[in-house]
Amino acid sequence: MILIKNGKVVNPGGKEGNLHLLIKDNKIVKMERDIREKGARVIDANGKIVAPGLIDLHAHLREPGREDEETISQTCMAAARGGFTSICCMANTNPPIDNQGTVKFIKDKAILSGCAINIFPVGAISKGRKGEELAEIAELKEAGVVGLSDDGNCVLNALLMRRAFEYTKMFDLPLISHCEDKNLSKNGVMNEGYFSTVLGLPGIPDEAEEVMVYRDISLARMTEGKLHITHTSTRGSVELIRQAKRKKVKISADVTPHHLILTDEAVKSFDTNTKMNPPLRSREDIKALKDGLSDGTIDVIATDHAPHSREEKEDDFKSAPFGIVGLETGLALILTEIVDKGIITLKSAISKLSTNPAKILGLNKGILKKGGDADIIIIDPDIKWTITTDDFAGPCKNSPFIGREVKGRAIMTIVAGKIVFLHNPGF
Amino acid sequence: MKKITGLKRKDLLGIEELGKEEISLILDTAKSFKEVSVRPIKKVPALRGKTVVNLFYEPSTRTRISFELAAKRLSADVINISTSASSVVKGESLVDTAKNIQAMAVDAVVIRHSAEGSAHLLSKELKASVVNAGDGSHEHPTQALLDMFTIREHKKNIEGLNVVIIGDILHSRVARSNIWGLTKMGAKVKLVGPPTLIPPFVKSLKVEVFYRPEDALSDADVAMCLRIQRERQTSNFFPSIHEYVKVFNLTMERLKLARKDCLVMHPGPINRGIEISSEVADGTQSVILEQVTNGIATRMAVLYLLLAQKSKVEWGTRRRRV
Repeated sequence: MILIKNGKVVNPGGKEGNLHLLIKDNKIVKMERDIREKGARVIDANGKIVAPGLIDLHAHLREPGREDEETISQTCMAAARGGFTSICCMANTNPPIDNQGTVKFIKDKAILSGCAINIFPVGAISKGRKGEELAEIAELKEAGVVGLSDDGNCVLNALLMRRAFEYTKMFDLPLISHCEDKNLSKNGVMNEGYFSTVLGLPGIPDEAEEVMVYRDISLARMTEGKLHITHTSTRGSVELIRQAKRKKVKISADVTPHHLILTDEAVKSFDTNTKMNPPLRSREDIKALKDGLSDGTIDVIATDHAPHSREEKEDDFKSAPFGIVGLETGLALILTEIVDKGIITLKSAISKLSTNPAKILGLNKGILKKGGDADIIIIDPDIKWTITTDDFAGPCKNSPFIGREVKGRAIMTIVAGKIVFLHNPGF
Repeated sequence: MKKITGLKRKDLLGIEELGKEEISLILDTAKSFKEVSVRPIKKVPALRGKTVVNLFYEPSTRTRISFELAAKRLSADVINISTSASSVVKGESLVDTAKNIQAMAVDAVVIRHSAEGSAHLLSKELKASVVNAGDGSHEHPTQALLDMFTIREHKKNIEGLNVVIIGDILHSRVARSNIWGLTKMGAKVKLVGPPTLIPPFVKSLKVEVFYRPEDALSDADVAMCLRIQRERQTSNFFPSIHEYVKVFNLTMERLKLARKDCLVMHPGPINRGIEISSEVADGTQSVILEQVTNGIATRMAVLYLLLAQKSKVEWGTRRRRV
């Protein structure tokens, strides 16, 4: 038994304030003003925040396929360090998550890894993520996927996407759409704008995302399907999502910490850790994304955690792969750059990092309650630290935030009643 | 303008980062080196004992020879490495190749590479000076310097001139470097090309954009044509070479719209009859071959300013240690 005392509970949609939590086995058995329990391990969270464990709606596993970059066990550890008790992994493993076998493999590996984070696989929309034929969605659902996405690829064929929206209605699975017209973004490696012009690097225009956001909204409205726009990066996309919500389309959206913090100016260094897809955009886009966060247009903050080996990232900018690691740094960056700067409250941040992704994916998580799963984090909001390569659990250190000072972090991560991460200087 | 006597930098990566004084210094230095090439013995001992490596990952004749001659006329030792004859084809990474070169204690690496930022990547890894001889579509600083040198020889002052650059601006490192250089030196730059080949954000670089040569050429002091690559047509930047020629080829008729003493320039190699007519390329206003001649003097100036001055500093510290 674990008894968390004296912490300030931040719990969107649930009981809040100075509450004690008693954990027995994998559940929260009591949540009250004052709990005394003999034999329980007492954790004094005085001055700390107690919150539901974070849920990353968008992360990439490298196992199966690229265990050299990160094993499932290492991804779990990365998540635990960042306060994520659950992650949704995208389908672009090798083999891709377009069959039950891969789903089962991933779930088993997660259980066997010493650090048992909840992994909720996201299945592919199409076989092989090729955008040609639907994957076996009923089989995937039965194996336990929580959503469908060809992430990294966008389903370019509008008819196939329509069929996917229609077919998934019987399972209540959201389609998580990576919106990118690959014809329009062809060869692009960074945001199309002043900096791509100056650097001579091929640009990816905002419109490559926005035309697909609009298409998917149209199809979701037509089919009454459930749409989630992932890694929203442009002002135009935010506006389209806002309008769609007004028209009661079943739509939700997420944004990554890096798209909220960095602009394409960062690419001037030719640092390949500033290369991701969608690319870092402009100041105006950041402003619109922040507005979208605060007015509720954007429901979720997701990391798009994507480890890449040093060798691959040390290539030139055009040849290096897209993506950065994000699980370990996401919460600290959001606390520092979004919550501390008054864009949204801490409670709203927790809802976007935990409660809302749980709702969108139909997970019985994201809230602390009596009888609920004991997925809990304790946050020290005041701890100041500098992000270094040592902070990443796996061998890949591809983060543009190395060297950055941040404030706040998860100092304890509890999954299913087990402490899986403890930040020593915090306790 | 403040006069300066040296470049306080290890590398020449682009014109963007150069100040007006630095550009003037390079051009002034080039002027004094130009005379070396017309001597019976075309050599000065300025870089004796220095080693310069030309690392060329893209085919190039003019630029490589120009750098080679520049270094040799300064008495430096020169090694040429090109893609077909090196570990480059064996899959060694750019940084590893460069580190190996560094391990052989060279003083400067001149790099030409199809990847934007390749010179920057090297400059971070190497103690040797890095000279960018063209990185993808990003910059080609020595080309812009030799272009400005050539313009200055004919027009005395760059400030106030109208310079028209015609062609594929989107993919042109020559255009980018010239836009930075010419605008810093006070020229008015007008860009002309099909809208598909002019990046929309280029307007923030203090240039004017035109889609028809006829609209830009009146009162031009310099008309600079860029090489059009045939593969652009297959990517639908324009429908056919035939149509490109019809709209953009710099013909005598079009050139007549410019000032009578308008210079005609081209970074080479030229596609006769495509972006420039033979009549214009070989005509009295053409300074295309002078550009080639001036390339050597300009590159001598760059190598000298980066290397000779650095050796003074090193010599100074070594002496103190003794």
